[in-house]
Amino acid sequence: MKETVKILAPCGMLGYGYPMESFLNGIAEGPDAIVVDAGSTDAGPHKLGAGVSIVSRRATKKDLIPIITYGLKLKIPVIIGSAGGAGASVHVKWTKEIIEEILEEQNLKAKIAIIWADIPKDLVIKALSENKIIPVSKSVKPLKEDIVKDTNNIVAQMGHEPILKALEEKADIIICGRAYDPSPFAAVGLFYGFEPGLCYHLGKILECGALCAEPGTTKDCILGILKKDSFIVKPLNNVRKCYPTSVAAHTFYEKEHPFILKGPGFILDLEKCEFTQIEEGVVEVRNSRFIKTEPYYIKLEGARKIAYRTFVIAGVRDPLLVEKIEEVESAVEKQVREYYAEIPSDDYKINFYNYGKNGVMGSREIENFNGYEIGVLFEVIANTQELANAICASLRSTFLHYGYEGRKSTAGNLAFPFAPSDIEYGPVYEFSIYHLMEVEDWSKLFKIEYLWR
Amino acid sequence: MANLYEMAKVLRSKNAGPFDITLDVLFDNQEYYWKVKQSGQITKRKIAELYKIPESHISHLVFYDQALGFKITFTRDVSSGSIGDRDVYGAQQHVPLMKIQIP
Repeated sequence: MKETVKILAPCGMLGYGYPMESFLNGIAEGPDAIVVDAGSTDAGPHKLGAGVSIVSRRATKKDLIPIITYGLKLKIPVIIGSAGGAGASVHVKWTKEIIEEILEEQNLKAKIAIIWADIPKDLVIKALSENKIIPVSKSVKPLKEDIVKDTNNIVAQMGHEPILKALEEKADIIICGRAYDPSPFAAVGLFYGFEPGLCYHLGKILECGALCAEPGTTKDCILGILKKDSFIVKPLNNVRKCYPTSVAAHTFYEKEHPFILKGPGFILDLEKCEFTQIEEGVVEVRNSRFIKTEPYYIKLEGARKIAYRTFVIAGVRDPLLVEKIEEVESAVEKQVREYYAEIPSDDYKINFYNYGKNGVMGSREIENFNGYEIGVLFEVIANTQELANAICASLRSTFLHYGYEGRKSTAGNLAFPFAPSDIEYGPVYEFSIYHLMEVEDWSKLFKIEYLWR
Repeated sequence: MANLYEMAKVLRSKNAGPFDITLDVLFDNQEYYWKVKQSGQITKRKIAELYKIPESHISHLVFYDQALGFKITFTRDVSSGSIGDRDVYGAQQHVPLMKIQIP
């Protein structure tokens, strides 16, 4: 068994960018793999539902060129987790094409493994009928068959198992569909026989790039070094340092619980972890516990189209209107609803967001308003784009000319920053599936395809 | 007497998946951390009041000594990015927490 395994994490998200100097510092350390996470549900359901990426093709390619060329040159695997943002087949293909373009341009050859994470609807419906699907948390409603049928893309978060298999098959580049964020990192350590708790905890730290350092950022590289009984986290940029508290704090970043982390088929218990500074800016971690759970559950994610949206952004500066803003908004809505009396009132929704007053917190706002200007955003949500556009246009013109009591600015109520003022947004999605599915055999879910390019 | 915002080094909110918001408060010295932990001011009841949510919506309120920090997780009113959501990343929901007074 190797004494140590070094994993280079270039950035927190493929396409976010990283300084080349940090990357080369990482390469100089002699890493055993380069691993980068490319996905998240953070940006909402639209990426998965519409099959688009959160970062540009240009930035993804720019980030991938050094990763792929150095990976192949050093003969170490390159692993991309949750390719294309949401990890559905459309995202994976998008990533694969960019990689093929790079290989072609650089005149390189590689064995590529593609691990698909798409889950067929009939499989989900079957599991549902066998009571093998439960909500991820009590915040999520139980799943129903018609919702599954309505959902555009369904993916499952893979664990390390298929990635480990692709490593065993000596793939140079592994493109994973949706993966549990730490799994592509953990797979490298597990391949070399290291302790799973340490492998996964290190994966959790590395998947955000240098966010566990100070100053933290997802746009810089970090190095993880696995040892027999511990792991080490080391920044690769002189301006950043890791501290026991920064690494410990990152352990609980964006998770629901600080030290109990749920993954596919296991939980990580980090309650008894020790975080020690071993040299300036470098932290060693011990006692990360991996506990297998039975039955084996994987997390399903799915998004469905629920409506269409048209919206307007405008400024309100007249002090009398600022004072009466909610009153005017509700009067405007009432007038529009009366005008469209023939349309059932449930067929569309009108929402106002008053930025500067309660735009972020809504009814949860705790401050008293004392501003002189409000950015008003209003949206119309409807079953068709045509209806959303039509109602939004009426809402905008009604708002613009609405004669509220005492008005002196009789020429118009809204300052539009753009012409046209109405923005057709297109479909709106929601996370319709966020559930755990009991599985017996991961290899039936995550098919691996090998290509030689 | 100081408020939590003044004492904390990091005070943030973020999605913990699309259906939950999580609040992290981290300190850069032991003294402040233990003072806050032992103050009895960080309770589910107080958080529920500040966020105008039922206590039952709070799934976790846990201190993690190694990180000198604590975490609170509660259910979102609207899942991330759905109709009526005001904060897709859940990244600006920490403000009500800021003013908790620590004696």
